[in-house]
Formats: sequence, structure tokens, C-alpha cells
Amino acid sequence: MTALCALLFRDLRLAVRVGGGALTGVLFFLIVVTLMPFAIGPDLALLARMGPAILWLGALLASLLALDRLLAMDHEDGSLDLILTAPVPLELAVVVKAFAHWLTTGLPLVISSPLLGLLLNLEAKASGAVALTLLAGTPALTFIGLIGAALTVALRRGGLLLAVLVLPLTVPVLIFGVAASNAAITGPVPFGAPFGILCALTLISLVIGPLAAAVALRQGLE
Amino acid sequence: MSLIDLANPSRFLALTARALPWLAAATVLAFAIGISQIYLAPDDYQQGATVKIMFIHVPAAWLGIFAWIVMSVAALGTLVWRHPLADVAAKAAAPIGAAFTLMCLVTGSLWGRPMWGTYWVWDARLTSVLVLFLMYLGVIALWRTIDDPAQAARAAAVLTLVGAINIPIIKFSVDWWNTLHQPASVFRLGGSTIHPAILVPLIVMAVAFTLLFLTLHLAAMRNEIMRRRVRTLMMLQAGARMGP
Repeated sequence: MTALCALLFRDLRLAVRVGGGALTGVLFFLIVVTLMPFAIGPDLALLARMGPAILWLGALLASLLALDRLLAMDHEDGSLDLILTAPVPLELAVVVKAFAHWLTTGLPLVISSPLLGLLLNLEAKASGAVALTLLAGTPALTFIGLIGAALTVALRRGGLLLAVLVLPLTVPVLIFGVAASNAAITGPVPFGAPFGILCALTLISLVIGPLAAAVALRQGLE
Repeated sequence: MSLIDLANPSRFLALTARALPWLAAATVLAFAIGISQIYLAPDDYQQGATVKIMFIHVPAAWLGIFAWIVMSVAALGTLVWRHPLADVAAKAAAPIGAAFTLMCLVTGSLWGRPMWGTYWVWDARLTSVLVLFLMYLGVIALWRTIDDPAQAARAAAVLTLVGAINIPIIKFSVDWWNTLHQPASVFRLGGSTIHPAILVPLIVMAVAFTLLFLTLHLAAMRNEIMRRRVRTLMMLQAGARMGP
């Protein structure tokens, strides 16, 4: 337990003190949202209607871009080998690593989404719904991405491959995240139904992600 | 003759060398019967002759899914039993599965043009087949990125099994997404029961496609084994040239 706590605090400290972490992801998110009106026009009504979809896509891309930091740096400096040989089960270690990664990249996206909702002419209720669905859905993105990060960790040209492998698997999360947001804003589906499935998807990825990532790491680095 | 006896590549090559001509002949025969039956099958009263695209389209879709199942079983063989031929089977199945899935998409789109007036609709079925095709391409990309065959096999096996769990979830969510955004107005498959005049050729074609898959798969496995032998020989040769 102390080992896992130490790992958590180490990852958090690294994310905060080494540049290019959490705030860069939020900056990327802001830029994506800024670019959208240039592409689809400054029509406020249209932006409000597409707002949840834009925010979800932006968060998906931002969390995807941060994924190569999840394991790659530990692989470079050798600490991943130490984690592999440690007595702590690898599955738990990668859960802790992914959780720390979510705290430093996913959570800032969730917190900044209501602010970006203002730019997209979203009402308070709509912004709240999007933030809530992002809070429930971004852990799934991180834990699905964990599989891709583990598969490509030893590759030198893994970045693009990581995106190709992970993005098709995130289709359900995107569908139910946007569906739940839209259900809260316009109906007619009750909010609970898609939101419940979104939470279920997060729980499933919480189980499958670490198991598959641990197998991939053990097989790939032996 | 059990599965473990096939672990010897030479024995596998000898066995398949004997089996492949028979399989190929059976495939040709099944296609001959299937195509002649399609020729004799009646046109649809609404869709005319275009309904015959279905005899290629539907078996291709089945085989697209079947190839992923074959890959998943092979992935279990790689990770759990470490069967030496499981790697080869998984690697050989991926491009064939991708080809069948692409064939399903292309024929579906050609069928859609006269029937729905457009090549592509964001219908639930089309979309989930498209995602399946993207996942095939992802697996192939992973195979080609990792140089060492054994390591690539294990990475691809993990991805294949994750995909096998995820494909039903993706299918379900795409169904939900579609019913949420557009009710089934673009197209509905007419009757729930298929007339035997259509059903019999469809089953024959499904058998023919499965035989085609088996033939191509075994041939691709043979090629892969020989490719690995060539690779080993070249590495030995390079090692000999470097001197002891």
C-alpha cells in the first residue's frame, strides 16, 4: 500500500514539476474549441447545439495526445523495469499510474469545460451536464488509452499508432457521453439512461484496461 | 493427430500441401453452384436485379466477423498455450478479415446507391462494420510496426482480445446512437422471413465464402511460415558473413 501511495505521489509530483503536463492539455483543449467556430462559422445557435459534441471531441483528442506520457517516460528512464520487477502486482501499479495520469490530465479538462462552454454559448445547465459526463467519461478514456500506451511503449514510432489503436475503442464512450449531455439539454431520452451506461463503460474499462495493459507490458518487455 | 502435433511447422506444411488442392477445388465447386443458383434466383419485385448483390454482401459480412473470431482463438493460443502456429494463424487471418470487411462495405455502398440514392448512410450497421474495418487496420498496423515476430504476436494478441470484448459493446452503442438520432426511416429490411428461393443460394454462398476463407488462410499461413524461414536463413547468413 505504501509502495502504491509512493508511486501515486511520485507521478503527481513529476506531472506538476516537469513542464508540458496538465496545463498544456487544457491549452490544447482551448485551442481546439477556439478553432471550431472558424471551421463552422460564428453562428451562436449552431455552436450551442453542437457545443457538447465539440467539448467531448476536444477532451477526447486532448486526453489522447497526453497518452504517450503515461508510460513512455518511465520506460525511457528505466523506472518501468523497476515497477515490473517490484513485488507490487503490476495490475495495481498501472491502475495507480493511470489514476495519477487522469488526475493531472483528465480532471483539468473536466474543470475547464464549463469555462469553454461559455465560449460555445452553452447555458449553465448544459455546461454542467457536459462537465458531469466528462467527469464520468474521461477515466474511461484514460484506462482505454492505457492499453494502447502499454502496447506501444517500447516502439520508437508509436505515437501515431497509439492513436490508431485507441480511437476505435473510444467510440462507445463518445457516443454515450454526447448522448447523455444532449439528453440533459434537449431530451427526450431521460438523462439517467445514457449516463448510467457511460458509468458502466467507465467501470468496464477500469477492469479491462489494467489487466490488458499488464499483460502487454509483461509480454512486451520481457 | 492432435493440435499439438501441428506445432511442428514441417508437419503442418506437409499436411496443408496435401489438403490445399482439395480445399481449393471444393471452393471452386461451391462458388460454381452458388453463382449458378444466384443466376436462377428470382429478382426482387421492388429492388430488381440489385438484390443479388446481397449474395456477396451478406457472406462477406459474416466472414468479416468470423475472421476476428479466428484471430481471437489464435490470440488465446498465443497467450495461454504458446502454440507456435497460433501466431502465424493470427497474422494470416488479419488481412483476409480486413479484405472481407472491405468487400462488405464496398458492395453495401454499391447496393445503397440505387436503393437509397446515396453511397453512404450513417446507419448503425454500416457504422459498426466501418469501425470493425478500422480495428482490423489497427491490428495490421501493429503487426507491421513491431519488428520481432514473437513480440508482435503477443502485442497483437492482447489487442485482438481487447477488440473481441469491445466489438459487441461498440455494436450495441452504435445501435443506440442511431436510434437516438434517426428513427428507422431510411431503410428497413422488408419481410422477416426469407423465401427459400433466396435463402438456399445465400447458404450455398456462405459455405463457398467459408471455404474460400479456409483456403486463403491456410495458404497465407504457409507463406508466413516460409517467410519466417527466409528471415531466419538471411539472419544466419548475415551472422556467418560477420565472422565468428
